[in-house]
Amino acid sequence: MTQEMVAIIDYGSGNLHSAAKAFERAAREAGLHDTRILVTSDPEIVRGADRVVLPGVGAYADCRRGLDAVPGMVEAMSEAVQGRGRPFLGICVGMQLMASRGLEYEVTSGLGWIPGDVGPIRPADPALKVPHMGWNTLAPERPHALLDGIPTGEDGIHAYFVHSYALKADRPGDVVAHSEYGGPVTAIVGRDNLAGTQFHPEKSQRLGLALIANFLRWRP
Amino acid sequence: MLKTRIIPCLDVKDGRVVKGVQFLELRDAGDPVESAKAYDAAGADELCFLDITASHEARGTLLDVVSRTAEACFMPLTVGGGVRTVEDIRTLLLAGADKVSINTAAVKDPDFVARAAEKFGNQCIVVAIDAKRTSAPGEPEEWQIFTHGGRTPTGIDAIAFARIVTAKGAGELLVTSMDRDGTRSGYDLALMRAISEAVPVPVIASGGVGGLDDLVAGVAQGGASAVLAASIFHFGEASIAEAKAHMAAAGLFMRLDV
Repeated sequence: MTQEMVAIIDYGSGNLHSAAKAFERAAREAGLHDTRILVTSDPEIVRGADRVVLPGVGAYADCRRGLDAVPGMVEAMSEAVQGRGRPFLGICVGMQLMASRGLEYEVTSGLGWIPGDVGPIRPADPALKVPHMGWNTLAPERPHALLDGIPTGEDGIHAYFVHSYALKADRPGDVVAHSEYGGPVTAIVGRDNLAGTQFHPEKSQRLGLALIANFLRWRP
Repeated sequence: MLKTRIIPCLDVKDGRVVKGVQFLELRDAGDPVESAKAYDAAGADELCFLDITASHEARGTLLDVVSRTAEACFMPLTVGGGVRTVEDIRTLLLAGADKVSINTAAVKDPDFVARAAEKFGNQCIVVAIDAKRTSAPGEPEEWQIFTHGGRTPTGIDAIAFARIVTAKGAGELLVTSMDRDGTRSGYDLALMRAISEAVPVPVIASGGVGGLDDLVAGVAQGGASAVLAASIFHFGEASIAEAKAHMAAAGLFMRLDV
């Protein structure tokens, strides 16, 4: 097996050390000994990466500005992911950035990879609290390699969410799984070599490590 | 469906756990990272570190504890105690905390909550409310905010304060009854209910847990989204799994993955 390099993009959005550790552990437990995890803010490394991960915490506009503040990063990501078809995983706001627009505080352009807007969660039951914070199960809309071997549905295992805004995809086919929270909340999006999770796999214990391992093995 | 969270809380002083944690498998019961790993393996839904280090110089040890915990535990971590500035929050988040809890600084200046939420997002800003009942029996119920471990009254109404900091951007409230804290007589359910009905964000009930029924009551009667406890878990009176099984048997929705 040839060595694979996974780039976790560092653009000043929080601590990526624990995310990197989660990817390292998932790789180790999956027997992917030739997978190297690299936290990087260097567009050249991202351009040449075998897999690209875009994390993100905080406000949408802040994250977008942070990403744009790294010269050449958006172009490098696009080239690796759209040009060379490298598998891509967006996490939390990193997933939301895949959308056309974010509507948090102000209207912000996303990457436009998954057409749709990121707007406030409005649970049908007013007693439900926002942020949607804590552990929820996943309801798959369709099979996807990222969910291989992961028990889903009401009796399945749980993912850790913490967000007040959610992606509403224009094309239903782009939604891989949702969670129930006073209505469906988009949990995983995916198309071709692109995938994104609203929840934090690096904080989701068993489900998270399994999903990361699936991503590291994924050959879209 | 979203599940009720159980959050063990560890008091950390100068980088060491203050109230002992009694797990048989621990190599060093005073090491917060070892305790965190044990709770991670036991299926705790989140973990909370409360730093009670007196001196500012010793903050470095806390940051080391936070970063070592975040490397070893793939679960959410809230850190509180002595958080006074936006820079304090940034440092803790960069060390690996997922949420930061603000107490006295929010009481002194509620706009601090707004500045923090704008900078880092409301999802990582927890406001810790320490409240004491100030109404006499028979009077309409009233609670006031106290600071300095419950010694200093502020004259601020706890429910009104909860509304204010939520409007400023707090994503979650950690509500501790100073009357009940350490008494093992159960949460102040009326306080929990009053605050959770007053705000749109999740409330964590804290202070006074003596047994597993108290955890159930915090959610079923207090309306809390999460329950925090220290001693009953640290001293091995109940395991996280027993607590979850007890709460599930009482009809609450719990995460039983582990």
